[in-house]
Amino acid sequence: MAVGLPENIFITRLDAAANWARSNSLWPMPFATACCGIELMATAASRHDLARFGAEVMRFSPRQCDLLIVAGRVVMKMLPVLQRIWLQMPEPKWCISMGACACSGGVFDTYAVVQGVDRFIPVDMYVPGCPPRPEQLLAAVIDMQEKVRRTGTVMGREFAARDTSSGPTPFDLQEEHRIEDASLIQLGGFSAAATTMKRDA
Amino acid sequence: MVSLEELQSRFGEEIREKTFRDNRFIDVSSGVLLDVLSGLKADFGFSMLIDITAIDWLDYEGATDRFSVVYLLLNVETGERLTIRTAVNLPDPQLPSVCALWMSADWLEREVYDMFGISFSDHPDLRRILMPEEFAAFPLRKDYPLKGRGERHNFPVITRSEG
Ligand code: SF4
Repeated sequence: MAVGLPENIFITRLDAAANWARSNSLWPMPFATACCGIELMATAASRHDLARFGAEVMRFSPRQCDLLIVAGRVVMKMLPVLQRIWLQMPEPKWCISMGACACSGGVFDTYAVVQGVDRFIPVDMYVPGCPPRPEQLLAAVIDMQEKVRRTGTVMGREFAARDTSSGPTPFDLQEEHRIEDASLIQLGGFSAAATTMKRDA
Repeated sequence: MVSLEELQSRFGEEIREKTFRDNRFIDVSSGVLLDVLSGLKADFGFSMLIDITAIDWLDYEGATDRFSVVYLLLNVETGERLTIRTAVNLPDPQLPSVCALWMSADWLEREVYDMFGISFSDHPDLRRILMPEEFAAFPLRKDYPLKGRGERHNFPVITRSEG
């Protein structure tokens, strides 16, 4: 077949070209709230060298990032911040939930700790461990690249189908039962009236 | 060393003392608390307030009061330490603020207020310090469930298609 292409020109699909570029330059947004954050730093440092996978550019502005790494437990006071950071990141974007705490609350099953960030923001990749070793996080980044290559599209069409939460519903059965058992459901407690009442006391 | 007799003669007979492994605890009633603390600072050299915390005695065997508020004092010249305890009860647990005596009391009292709901009159800025402003309960009270009343999951869910 005689298609006269000059040297150094080859043909591909736009999606594949975009995925190739995106997957090899993931810019992480480090949301490091606890001990897992230390392991995240170790992953980026020279021994494990996240730079080998093109993901070493930790940006501390969500506007410049496309990979949110939630490393550590997220408390209820921090969750609105996390959600805001997620919303501020430009498309296309992905999320790695690193460590037992970010994935499920870990051992911190208390009133203040969110039992898994996937209840409230979309998560693409879970890294188990407490803390996960840097190799595990590297594996997650590599898997993330693979996922981008396999499912990515230029216009991000693959995201539109994910219209349900990737985690359990915030008040899953277990949580409902627990609150009901103690006949303690008092979400109205968040009203302004209750707050002022307490403040004046 | 502050002697108990000295304190009793100045601030009233109902002041009690207990010693446990060389730690001295002085129990005072909330009425004379401010007098005792300012006296200890002015005349006995307790220039440093280490900590203020509280204890909830709910369901504790033999307890007569609901809360104890505990003041840990240090005399930096002699190294003497003293623990002052006072009792407060529902429905309106309230104590005078000691911010005017020790600046460090500011955040400590806010923490006690945040966790136990004990308020301090004349505190310059009595707001929650750890929990979010809109939080309505006092989590270190023993009648507050460990896993909360659902506050930790009372947030909107963001799905991938919407952001
Ligand atoms: S998973 Fe373990 S190491 Fe990571 S934040 Fe939780 S407690 Fe810390």
